[in-house]
Amino acid sequence: MSTKTMIETNTPASTLRHKLRIDDVNMIFTRDGKSLPVLENINLEVFDGEFICLLGPSGCGKSTLLSAIAGFLKPTSGDILIDGEIVRGPDPRRIFVFQERGVFPWLTVEGNIGFGLGKLPRAERSRRIAHYVKMVGLEGFEKSYPHELSGGMKQRVEVARALAVNPDVMFLDEPFGALDSITRMIMRGELLRIWQAERKTILFVTHDIDEAVQLADRVVVMSARPGRIQEIVPIDIAHPRDISSPRYLELRDGILSQIGLAHNL
Amino acid sequence: MKLPVWLRPVLFILVLLGAWQLAVYLHPHQLLPGPIKTAHGITDLVHHGLIIKYTVASLFRVTWGFFLAVIVAVPLGLIIGWYRRAELAFNPILQILRPISPLAWIPIAILWFGVGDLAAVFLIFVGCFLPLLLTVINAVQSVPAVYINAGRNFGLGPVTLMRRVLYPAIAPRLMTGLRITLGLAWLVVVAAEMIAVNSGLGFLIIDARNAGNRYDLVLAGMVIIGVVGLLLDNGIRSLERAKALRWGYAEKS
Ligand SMILES: Nc1ncnc2c1ncn2[C@@H]1O[C@H](COP(=O)(O)OP(=O)(O)OP(=O)(O)O)[C@@H](O)[C@H]1O
Ligand SMILES: [Mg+2]
Repeated sequence: MSTKTMIETNTPASTLRHKLRIDDVNMIFTRDGKSLPVLENINLEVFDGEFICLLGPSGCGKSTLLSAIAGFLKPTSGDILIDGEIVRGPDPRRIFVFQERGVFPWLTVEGNIGFGLGKLPRAERSRRIAHYVKMVGLEGFEKSYPHELSGGMKQRVEVARALAVNPDVMFLDEPFGALDSITRMIMRGELLRIWQAERKTILFVTHDIDEAVQLADRVVVMSARPGRIQEIVPIDIAHPRDISSPRYLELRDGILSQIGLAHNL
Repeated sequence: MKLPVWLRPVLFILVLLGAWQLAVYLHPHQLLPGPIKTAHGITDLVHHGLIIKYTVASLFRVTWGFFLAVIVAVPLGLIIGWYRRAELAFNPILQILRPISPLAWIPIAILWFGVGDLAAVFLIFVGCFLPLLLTVINAVQSVPAVYINAGRNFGLGPVTLMRRVLYPAIAPRLMTGLRITLGLAWLVVVAAEMIAVNSGLGFLIIDARNAGNRYDLVLAGMVIIGVVGLLLDNGIRSLERAKALRWGYAEKS
């Protein structure tokens, strides 16, 4: 009951508002005196509640772009605006999920999920923890330490820790990259379920084309370094998506040829 | 015949004691007192109430020197490790001070504090401080950036970040550092007591020799030092098994 009302109050009034705007962002790293352009002229607008996948070859700057949007890196030039404000640093309203590596090994599952809830009263805190433990299916593991969990379970802990502070944006950098293919499929389904329930804006980095087409509202295809936005592909298939439907295959093949890969490798 | 595991070290010690006794029996005047005389020495000391008194005196100094080193070195190490630039300023000094044995400080300790507890405590502090500081600095610098970024992402400022992320992240390495340093403190106190004070287990050894070549008491003192050192190490090892620390050791295995 209370779960329901909480979710409803979190739902944004208008779903077609701009949440994020990226204006002419460039990123140049300098290493050993040489400059390495990593991002070039990135322009992107993301709607509130939208699920965006960033897709591109390894080293094209996906993680760099995501870190910049999250406020961990400052772009060399250009602006990143969230809710109309320039991003100047990390913020609890926007949580970054670092694969499962960001789970704190010295805290239990409960301790991790409650990490960002220090300011809440005790009862509210444990209520929220219990809610998100249930949402990610970790009941019975509340008192376990991360080293006692599998990779997929740690990943859930980190997602739950992010959700618990009720952020409006979540950044996921190849969150399922380290998982086996079965767990990865399950986690995708769960992420979609959570996204549909909580309507966060999600930016999801992947280099798996199928993953992008299964999850995203729009797939942002990036070129090899220096990363540019090559194309933005809207995925106009309703969830749950039939991954053998002609439209799905058409979109996937379109992206494949977009990155210059033929059907038969 | 298969011996139970616990029995093997006991048997081994008994064999060594037997060999020691035999060697002393074969060369009566050239070697040390044998294990039997040493055992007599220990009972002698017990009768005079010296064992408890001297052990307590030594432990008292170790506790204070170690404790002071911990409460200064740990926060300082966190700060220096965190602010990289500060570390660069400190580094040459640390590298010069590090190879100086704590025993080299004995004359200065006596000059500043006279002969007494304070001088010994100071020496233990000196011996523990640098190793601990370096352990903490290195541990902080090897904390994975993801933990720090995650902490910042949840809105932690520098102080809460140190308390809620950096400190727990280094805790397993810190515990190992504390154990090694406590062992070091126990080494230093014996040496310090031979010169800078007139009580404690170190004093017992040097005094037994000076006042009448009582080598049985010297050996008795050495045995006690070994046993107390072992107990200290076991005590601090049991702390390493704390649940919130176990991850640090679990991950390596
Ligand atoms: N802090 C840094 N300093 C210098 N160069 C960097 C830094 N971070 C990343 N790079 C370089 O920027 C480029 C893009 O890195 P990034 O991690 O963003 O790629 P990516 O698209 O996420 O790749 P992957 O799919 O392999 O994760 C790489 O060539 C990398 O070497
Ligand atoms: Mg990456």
